[in-house]
Amino acid sequence: MSKTTLIVIVVLAIFGMYGCSTYNGLVSKDETVNNAWANVQSAYQRRADLIPNLVNTVKGAADFEKSTLTAVIEARSKATSIQLKPDDLTPENMQKFQAAQDQLSGTLSRLLVSVEQYPQLKANQNFLELQAQLEGTENRIKVERDRFNEVVKEYNQSARTFPSNIFAGMFGFAQKGYFEASQAAQTAPTVKF
Amino acid sequence: MRHFISFLLIILCGLHVWAQDIPEPKSPRQLVNDYVGMLNGTERETLEQKLRAYNDSTSTQITVVIVKSTLPYPPGDYAFELGRRWGVGQKDKDNGVVLLWASDDRKIFIATGRGMEGALPDAIAKRIITNVISPEFKQKMFYRGLDRGTDEIIKYAAGEYKSDGTEGGDGELPLGVIVFLIIVVIIIIIIISKANKGGGGGLSRRGGGWYPYTTYTGWGSSSGNWGNSGGGGSDFGGFGGGDFGGGGAGGDY
Repeated sequence: MSKTTLIVIVVLAIFGMYGCSTYNGLVSKDETVNNAWANVQSAYQRRADLIPNLVNTVKGAADFEKSTLTAVIEARSKATSIQLKPDDLTPENMQKFQAAQDQLSGTLSRLLVSVEQYPQLKANQNFLELQAQLEGTENRIKVERDRFNEVVKEYNQSARTFPSNIFAGMFGFAQKGYFEASQAAQTAPTVKF
Repeated sequence: MRHFISFLLIILCGLHVWAQDIPEPKSPRQLVNDYVGMLNGTERETLEQKLRAYNDSTSTQITVVIVKSTLPYPPGDYAFELGRRWGVGQKDKDNGVVLLWASDDRKIFIATGRGMEGALPDAIAKRIITNVISPEFKQKMFYRGLDRGTDEIIKYAAGEYKSDGTEGGDGELPLGVIVFLIIVVIIIIIIISKANKGGGGGLSRRGGGWYPYTTYTGWGSSSGNWGNSGGGGSDFGGFGGGDFGGGGAGGDY
């Protein structure tokens, strides 16, 4: 065997071994992201599950504005219709998902503001507990989103830095999207009395 | 309600960085961590003993944390981050509860570990705060509020978890230890038999009288120490590494 073939074989072997370990690293990070995504979705699902209860309780209050309730129901059905599989977590898809969920957040907070005008609702134990649950759900969503962002950051770092990006491209590990601060959160809120 | 909206907005703000705002747990580790000095010595000690006894019997860790202020973070975020960082609750059960009181902000928050969300749902946590803790705090009966609040938490958490105790520990430990011991014994036997073959008479005699005794008492005494440090003394044995997923509720007084 000539010297050059030996060198080529050694280089290929090193390359292959490095590729394997990079690949395995990417796979495990990918799995962590999938897991975090599942948690994000279940947190959102939890919120979606609470909404019918909330709507029914509020509906019981006399002459509650129908338009606010309808907006919540519509936003909910729109938000639940967008289900992303872990493989589709591209930045564009994430934006769509987030836009739908943010709209639901917006209509929900409008609903909770208009509830202020209904003293009998605010004295309703059932409503107060639903409100506590809703707050808890928003907390969970926030926690899971933050953790998702953390693991996506690690994944994206591996998938984009040299030299592992070569293997990431070869094996099709695409960059994944983050949760970003929503448009609504960037504009200052106006509180009307 | 306005605070709920601001809180919704904060939620929407994605990532933020935690500076050095979360205090380190006190050393020796305590379940009652009063960074403000709102409780006197006896009150603190009584509460600590109650929570320790509960931790010993159920492995559920309820920690009371008193800070001046959680700002700029909402009390909930602060409590989750603190619980997660300190690792309140056992690692495999996530059965920790953080009862946070920010004395300057006049806010209370009960954060439940992932494993406690079933026993202590958000609505119940809210109810404990508004019906039990807040009324006492409004009358400046701070110790009574914390005492009765933790009683309520204990009541709801009853039966959810049991301490692994000594039996549980014995049941889990042996597999690893036995395999390890077997390997050690085999290695020693090999060494001895080699030494015998090699004619190292002195070594074999010394080794023979020596090894079973050391391996046995060595393991026995070290596991005994672990048990002791968990039971008494001024350190309660440490937090177990439990995780928090955003469960719980808050209120003010």
